Amino acid sequence: MQQFPCPFCGLREETEFHFAAEAGKPRPEPAAQVSADRWAAYLYLSAAPKGEAHEIWVHRSCGEFFLMTRNTETRAVLATQALPGRAGE
Amino acid sequence: MSGWRHPSMGHMIDRTSPISFSFDGTPLQGFQGDSVASALLAAGPRVLGRSFKYHRPRGLWGMAGEEPNAIFDVQEQGLGCPNQRATTLPLRAGMALRSVNTRPSAQGDWLGVMDWAQRFLPAGFYYKTFMALGWMRWEPMIRRMAGLGRLDPAHMPAATTPALNALCDLLVIGAGPAGLAAAKAAADQGRVVWLLDEATALGGSLRWRGGEINGAPWAEFANATETAVLQAGGRVLTDTTLWGAFDHGSYAAWQRRANAPDRHWRLRAQQVILAAGAIERPMWFANNDLPGILSAEAALHYLVLYGAVAGRRILLATGNDASYPVAAALAQAGAQVILADTRQQTPPAPQGVRHMPGATLSRAHGSRAVGAATVDGHYIDADTILVSGGYTPSVHLHCQAGGKLDWAPACDALVPRPGTAPMATVGAANGAFGLALALAQGHAAAQGAGPAPQATAPAWGLAAIRPNPQLRGRQWIDPQNDVTLKDVKLAAQEGYSAVEHLKRYTTLGMATDQGRSANFAGLAAMAALTGRSIAQTGTTTYRPPFVPVPLGVIGGLRRGSAFDPPKRLALEPQHREMGARLREYGGWLRPAFYGTDEARAVQSEALIARKTVGLYDASPLGKIEVIGPNAAALLDFCGYVPMSSLKPGRARYGFMLAESGIVHDDGVVLRLDTDRFVVSASSSHVASVRMILEEARQDRFASKDVFVHDITCNWCTLTASGPAARALLVQAGVLAPGSAAHALPHMGVIESQWQGAPLRLARVSFTGDCAFEISVPLRHASALYTALDAARTTLGGAWIGLEAVMILRAEKGYILVGKDTDGVTMPHDLGWSGPRSKRQDPYFGDRALFTAEAQRPDRRQLVGLVTPQHTPLPTGAHIVPNSGDLHSLGFVTSSYYSPFLGRPIALAMVNGGRDLMGETVGVFHLGERMQAQICAPCALDPKGERLNG
Ligand SMILES: [Zn+2]
Repeated sequence: MQQFPCPFCGLREETEFHFAAEAGKPRPEPAAQVSADRWAAYLYLSAAPKGEAHEIWVHRSCGEFFLMTRNTETRAVLATQALPGRAGE
Repeated sequence: MSGWRHPSMGHMIDRTSPISFSFDGTPLQGFQGDSVASALLAAGPRVLGRSFKYHRPRGLWGMAGEEPNAIFDVQEQGLGCPNQRATTLPLRAGMALRSVNTRPSAQGDWLGVMDWAQRFLPAGFYYKTFMALGWMRWEPMIRRMAGLGRLDPAHMPAATTPALNALCDLLVIGAGPAGLAAAKAAADQGRVVWLLDEATALGGSLRWRGGEINGAPWAEFANATETAVLQAGGRVLTDTTLWGAFDHGSYAAWQRRANAPDRHWRLRAQQVILAAGAIERPMWFANNDLPGILSAEAALHYLVLYGAVAGRRILLATGNDASYPVAAALAQAGAQVILADTRQQTPPAPQGVRHMPGATLSRAHGSRAVGAATVDGHYIDADTILVSGGYTPSVHLHCQAGGKLDWAPACDALVPRPGTAPMATVGAANGAFGLALALAQGHAAAQGAGPAPQATAPAWGLAAIRPNPQLRGRQWIDPQNDVTLKDVKLAAQEGYSAVEHLKRYTTLGMATDQGRSANFAGLAAMAALTGRSIAQTGTTTYRPPFVPVPLGVIGGLRRGSAFDPPKRLALEPQHREMGARLREYGGWLRPAFYGTDEARAVQSEALIARKTVGLYDASPLGKIEVIGPNAAALLDFCGYVPMSSLKPGRARYGFMLAESGIVHDDGVVLRLDTDRFVVSASSSHVASVRMILEEARQDRFASKDVFVHDITCNWCTLTASGPAARALLVQAGVLAPGSAAHALPHMGVIESQWQGAPLRLARVSFTGDCAFEISVPLRHASALYTALDAARTTLGGAWIGLEAVMILRAEKGYILVGKDTDGVTMPHDLGWSGPRSKRQDPYFGDRALFTAEAQRPDRRQLVGLVTPQHTPLPTGAHIVPNSGDLHSLGFVTSSYYSPFLGRPIALAMVNGGRDLMGETVGVFHLGERMQAQICAPCALDPKGERLNG
């Protein structure tokens, strides 16, 4: 059982969390100017790196989305932080 | 019959309490305190089972989880438990043991013929032969011949094992000398220590080998350790197997308790010390699998703990010093012992033991059990052969946790590489053989203060012993899976020389003992055959569980309705009182219909709802509040149909899409105020809709400008639908004639009060009739029910279940997402193309509605079907061309008999369906071909006149 530190609640078990998205992958907008390839890449092409990965997860218990940097090979959690502009509110 | 019970030895057994049990029907006797293995060893039967593939006779080998042969189906109090290991099972009165892999018994197994055919059955035989002959035809026969024990279908063990979580400063796995030293060192400094051991008592090998620690008997040190651990707030758990190391330093342990349910522990610790000891290796010689060949360590274990002596004329073959005390103890107990050591330089021979230095055992003789042996060409009479091919450290948990191994020639073993797993390994598990070394390592790993506990027993010497490919005769590498040295040779010849390939090709180490006694020999043989070192050859991956753990232990209390508990309605008692049949719908337990005759009840409920009024419990309907200045903007982005143009006090039907453009959910959004909405998600999609809203909120909006709040479970919603719905509400006192609520138009929403409680009234309809959703806080549910039910009675209305609601909505062509739609349905497939063609602002799923796939003219579209026959079309039936070939054009998604229309109705998704209105198509189901005409989805009141009641 992995444990992730929610920036709002602290260390909790992995069953309380969901993966949400790769970080740094903004939604392409407006739709009329987005090519089919770009849209397909946004939806379906994931980097899935071996090693350090930057991801957005949600702590379902508190409902907060946050950034997590972790090593997909060793499963070490390197850092978590609130989304920009959401810390300390 | 060679094993016997010593008249006085054996401190675990109570000779005043004899216990009767049976083995393959033969009555036998043991004592209170015996393990099944010790009782059998002392009672004498040697052939305890047959091997998996060749049905060779097999007997007891070991003393714990490494036991490959002595596995039984155990009948107790009329209930059977399969595949129990004799070595880890306490003997209980009345146990009936049945050998596995045998018909009819271990002694007389007619499949023993398989052994004569062995030359035709090399590794890979079954796969190569029967794949060529058509595996499907032969598989049942092969499966009957193989397999271990048999399940007793009558025996469903109770779900009584609780899962418990615990934290500690130090977790010590194994309570032998190294583990005791570590636990005491840490507890003495006030650390909270959990000390676990799979045996019934502390001490590990000290229990049968004995020894002194700090100049006193070892048991004093063990007692002092237990006291120190308990005083510091820790726990000492015996009969507890730590069976798995998992991510981020979590561990699972299975605790067995006498006369009480087992426990399943989930542990985390600041520090973990692995002191799991080592397992004795066998030796490799011809017929090394005969019953009567045991691990020397196990023989000492049985002698000292249970007074069970393995034989009377014993040959002990070894290459290490650890076997010398074994020979001495057996000789002292009264057995004749010959000690054959592969080394020329040995310790002095124990008293009364015939010593053969520099001697190698090459063959065991006997048909069903050992009768003699050949040592250096000499024929030696022996009824028992004890062997010690060295010791393999138990590194499983280190490796499960990701640890690596290094080859350590000094102890002739692979040992944990420090720093590669989040634990320290000490003692024999680390290749540190000898009491003094074990104590020192345990003490140091726990950062003990002062000097380590002292012992006089130093590290001991050993010679490397390996399978010898030149030796004649069959040498067994893996007795449980019947893998011989020849099979390993064949694997090497055929190119399966990587250990993971070797394992899969020969099944080496894949049995329930996980190759504890076999893996080392297999990899040593492969190393020798391919000219590589053992370090180069490597090991297979270690995975949990360390021993077979009953699924009931892992499953714990989560069984039956506790596995995935349904959500319950506040009014469930009232529904039951009215005779409701409850079923699960989208995670909620809801009334399906009322009464006993389902078909009649559903039709009758659907008809009454159309003629007068039907009442149903719609509490599971989603109620997600979206509040704040940006509420409308958030809903516009997350929804397909814009909600910002909705006026307060009004409701609007809409969809929520996935980014892929498919319909994720549909439902009505109520606008209570400019900055306050309620999203009525479908009952099974509440959690996911809330998450979509929450993700968009946090991603795109300033966090204090909009909030999402799920209040589904805080409110009770009852729906009244039908021509008499308004009258019912008036009679119940919910609507006052002449009030604003009474004049509420279709798709109007109003908040008011009822009997001092907040009440929300929404005129939305899932049935096509005039309908009111009446919502009150949960604590007023019962009062609302009572008022509405009284009015229903006088008006001749009915409570209706979900099955009748399904008919009512299908009559109107209203879809159910996930039933009438699937993973490719987009809103324009359902006829909702307005927002797609008009909206310019971004919304969830927007771009996906314009992919080439989304624009295909022949996409499956929602249609209705009219059938000339009287019975409904089968749901799921394929729509096919009316004549000619049978390719699928779509399928029936919903199909019912409409009691109001007096004919069947159906909804279907059909390729380009909206262009086929009025056309006749085929309907194909299970070989039968029917006909139907394509029509609009709405079969009742297409103009919507009934909505006004
Ligand atoms: Zn949290």
